[in-house]
Amino acid sequence: MTEERDPHTMTRRQLMRHSAWFGAAVVLTVAGGEVLSHVAGLAGTAGAAAPAARPALRFAQISDSHIGFTGTANANVTDTFTEAINQVNGLGYQPDFVIHTGDLTHLATPDQFDQVKQMMTGLNTPHIFTVPGEHDSIDDGGQKYRQAFGAGTRGDGWYSFDTAGVHVIGLVNTLNMTKLGHLGTDQLDFIQKDVAPLSSDTPIVVFSHIPLFAMYPDWGWGTDDATQALSYLRRFSSVTCLNGHVHQLFTKTEGNITFHSGTTTAYPLPHPGDGPAPKPLTLPAGKLHDALGIREVTYTKGQQALALKEQTLA
Amino acid sequence: MFRPHRSLTALPAGAVAIAAILLVSGCSGSSPTPQGSPSINFGSQASTTPGMPGHSAAGPTTVTPVDTASPTVAPAAVSGPAVSITNFAFTPATLTVPVGATVTWTNRDEEPHVIAANDGSFHSPGLGTNSTYSFTFPTAGSFDYICSIHPFMHGTVVVTK
Repeated sequence: MTEERDPHTMTRRQLMRHSAWFGAAVVLTVAGGEVLSHVAGLAGTAGAAAPAARPALRFAQISDSHIGFTGTANANVTDTFTEAINQVNGLGYQPDFVIHTGDLTHLATPDQFDQVKQMMTGLNTPHIFTVPGEHDSIDDGGQKYRQAFGAGTRGDGWYSFDTAGVHVIGLVNTLNMTKLGHLGTDQLDFIQKDVAPLSSDTPIVVFSHIPLFAMYPDWGWGTDDATQALSYLRRFSSVTCLNGHVHQLFTKTEGNITFHSGTTTAYPLPHPGDGPAPKPLTLPAGKLHDALGIREVTYTKGQQALALKEQTLA
Repeated sequence: MFRPHRSLTALPAGAVAIAAILLVSGCSGSSPTPQGSPSINFGSQASTTPGMPGHSAAGPTTVTPVDTASPTVAPAAVSGPAVSITNFAFTPATLTVPVGATVTWTNRDEEPHVIAANDGSFHSPGLGTNSTYSFTFPTAGSFDYICSIHPFMHGTVVVTK
């Protein structure tokens, strides 16, 4: 089921907003119009805790750039990806890292990998992470992807790291598919061992291209062995799974695990089941940018949930 | 069941707003946290780190889009048995041909597709829009195939003696 709004949250939110307005002039000077959407989760004792000047971690997600796509749905995916990069660079702070959640390329050609890699070096961030999409592993089991982006990864390209008290896992679920996305036993073992030593209050962030929840299996929008992977993560108090693939925003919560499908920088896809197939949608002139975007994610110590903010392409 | 996520973006004012007030008005007893990026620890993983450095680590770079847009190729006229790929479906879904026939698939979707036999006997490269792939069937039998990137797409070639 999707998230229900908690009336108590609303109340507290209103209270918080009221508090904010108490010093409104200052707030507006400092943070402009950004403030109202910056903090998504007010869980825990955030309201009472001494606030930090800067979130412990803030990163940006971009996805599904499909470099090499030609078609009416987007006449120039290179331009829109450049705009997305510029938008990340214009956030007003330097993200601690940027994650690209796959379908970097459209057809996994060496030229397309070179191009997307070169473009991403323009991101103003210390570090860029990626996971492959099925378009990046179209005909070679992900070999060319790993050649371009697989340095330092394990297995078929998965990895994990710790930063600012958050444990981050990058997964590969676009190989050996029979209908849905697939992780495979090696990767499942990796996840199990990877999180075993962690304390249950460690916030977990998981990147994958294909959703780890059943968003729409008839179109392959799910992962057949995700349940196994998620079983290793259920004991953690906060698990945030970020994916691409579906080219649209969607959120679903299962207990402590929240799934967030991100949008694309290339072209929209239909809503689940809307039409015969997940084929690129050509929007009326002038509407494309509203369907494309980038995502900001912040983690503030003391808050259980990570905060997400979506931005459409300007 | 499916609910647009966009409404989540209208999320509450909160700690950041308060932080801004306290910080600027000097009411906060706590000192600001350092502005630098948190370190990233790859644990006992490989000596090389996953991912790649961005601009701030690599020094200034200019993003120069490379125009690789290729002209749309008109599909070549296909003679002989043919399967068309439209709307993520093979048409006909089942094609019957005699031994020795060459079947040609044409991708008419904007999405790429890959023809992959379940038994591994044939496997196309990624087919962009209007690209074709041909395979000659040397033996009789029923050959099921899928699109390996959209494995919910199924087709069969029945080869008769």
